[in-house]
Amino acid sequence: MSETTAVSGRPAFVQQLEAKLGQKLVRLDEARGEITIEVLPENWLAVAAILRDDAELHFEQLVDLCGVDYLSYGQAEWDTTDVSWTGFSRGVEGEGPGRFDWADRPHPAHIPRRFGVVVHLLSVRHNRRLRMRALCTDDDLPGVPSLIGVWPSTDWFEREAFDLYGIVFEGHPDLRRILTDYGFVGHPFRKDFPLIGNVEVRYDPDKRRVVYEPVTSVEPRVLVPRTIRDDSRYDQAQAEAAAERKK
Amino acid sequence: MQEIKNYTMNFGPQHPAAHGVLRLVLEMDGETIVRADPHIGLLHRATEKLAESKPFNQSIGYMDRLDYVSMMCNEHAYVRAIESLLGVEAPERAQWIRTMFDEITRILNHLMWVGSNALDLGAMAVFLYAFREREELMDCYEAVSGARMHATYYRPGGVYRDLPEVMPKYGESKWHKGKDLERRNAWRGGSMLDFLDAFCADFPRRVDEYEELLTNNRIWKQRTVDIGIVSPEQALAWGMSGPMLRGSGVEWDLRKKQPYAKYADVDFDIPVGVKGDCYDRYLVRVEEMRQSNRIIKQCVDWLRANPGPVMVRNYKVAPPSRVEMKDDMEALIHHFKLFTEGYSVPAGETYSAVEAPKGEFGIYLVSDGANKPFRLKCRAPSFVHLSSMDAIVRGHMLPDVVAMIGTYDVVFGEVDR
Repeated sequence: MSETTAVSGRPAFVQQLEAKLGQKLVRLDEARGEITIEVLPENWLAVAAILRDDAELHFEQLVDLCGVDYLSYGQAEWDTTDVSWTGFSRGVEGEGPGRFDWADRPHPAHIPRRFGVVVHLLSVRHNRRLRMRALCTDDDLPGVPSLIGVWPSTDWFEREAFDLYGIVFEGHPDLRRILTDYGFVGHPFRKDFPLIGNVEVRYDPDKRRVVYEPVTSVEPRVLVPRTIRDDSRYDQAQAEAAAERKK
Repeated sequence: MQEIKNYTMNFGPQHPAAHGVLRLVLEMDGETIVRADPHIGLLHRATEKLAESKPFNQSIGYMDRLDYVSMMCNEHAYVRAIESLLGVEAPERAQWIRTMFDEITRILNHLMWVGSNALDLGAMAVFLYAFREREELMDCYEAVSGARMHATYYRPGGVYRDLPEVMPKYGESKWHKGKDLERRNAWRGGSMLDFLDAFCADFPRRVDEYEELLTNNRIWKQRTVDIGIVSPEQALAWGMSGPMLRGSGVEWDLRKKQPYAKYADVDFDIPVGVKGDCYDRYLVRVEEMRQSNRIIKQCVDWLRANPGPVMVRNYKVAPPSRVEMKDDMEALIHHFKLFTEGYSVPAGETYSAVEAPKGEFGIYLVSDGANKPFRLKCRAPSFVHLSSMDAIVRGHMLPDVVAMIGTYDVVFGEVDR
């Protein structure tokens, strides 16, 4: 949508990116006028330095950094492509984070490139945005180098991604948990972490202090099953909107 | 001679100047800060994970609760992200309504800020003045959505409903009657737009009142001038946006640079600071209120002259009207599917940002084609600003930390998410 990104001279900028990054660029995507580049974790720091320091790119600001867990990407709980004979159960069975508790949590098989780190950059000078992604090679101990020497604003973002996804940022001087409780176990935003959590707290009048216990006050439940539909209705809506604009 | 060592001090999370639940561990040398270590997360509710477990529309209300003093701006970012992936565009009138409410929200936020920051720094009266006007603007929120704070008014494809024809009036009570009641209802004779028109005409005078209390106030200036100076380079490197960045003299405002909704069609100026201290940021915010008032006035004029739809007529995304549902089978099916399953958003990813009152509020949305987000990330301005705390307050005195927390304009709803 033209409204989302008012970027000037985009094709030239894409060519510059390709020329400057060369072999370090794994993939470049231009969907919706938003440019996404993918790089390997080993080139992460080098690419960041080029993007910040090159006068024609000049991304002086890191707007956002976050982790993504691609486990179960594209999996639905409700089959919409075929007739089902299993009836009701297809709506109440599934593997989403809302359907299990801590004791029954799944232990997914080894999936390389399960975790990703996504960075959003902004060039105030050129009024441009860029999204940069790296997929971690190891899913047991996912990690990328820390960008803290390039953009100091990444400090807390990396701590957050470590806390929520367990992604380790090598070279970060102070990689502590940031959002979760002191002494928290697990990485809550992973797709195999239960939505209801692992422990709950309450005041114990006998012990006269706050105690941590496994969650019992809520049960895992999902009200609306996860459904994927890829029919043509949005094409129709887009065509209608285009016709409307022409009038 | 007695040996003096650095000591650490705990500030918050239960402290009136901590603006919520900030816990600061301060390493002090006498009254000077050597190191500040903010501990956050005491209000962490895992909004992003919750959103992954619900159909898209059910998370709009969560956005209100992130930055709970600039509610509709958060909704705007979320709704725009969904619209971008769906490829739908809100009708023009809805865009104008969104622009107007974004600016009402900005005034709401800055009023809250000027009041509470003054309160932190020892000026009691401003708070009372600021909340007088907040009351009127929150009545607009209530008139349009039924809720005074958590409106859930913006929807993908437009806004929930059109502006009300009648502005609600105060009723008579034991305490408010006769002349007093007439005065309180003076602006409420007509529609909400009439009410806002009267408000816009009066508001500059009200801002003058706050300025009279603060701008040349000796104590206020002693507490803010030259305190917490952020250089433009520092501001950019630390990812600052909004008044924090503009206070340092960088002319950057998404409403001007990457316009969304109807900001390209309205006339307003961006105030910038010179020195980058707390006082400059105060001046920037006060001027922003005046500019927001200008924008609201322009929106009111446009909305008066141009009636029209406020929601797309695409029943895959927006529900059909109740009347249509009663005698149209298609409409009934659409309604049923929308409210039981929601709409599936095409696979892809997008980042959409709005200029929220505190800075750039962005939503990074990843969809895998399902009726629920695959990943939602809220980029909250307060979170980024607060992360620079240690770098900025080193070498300042303890009372300046309070001034600095105030000038960051942090709200823990969005810091902790």
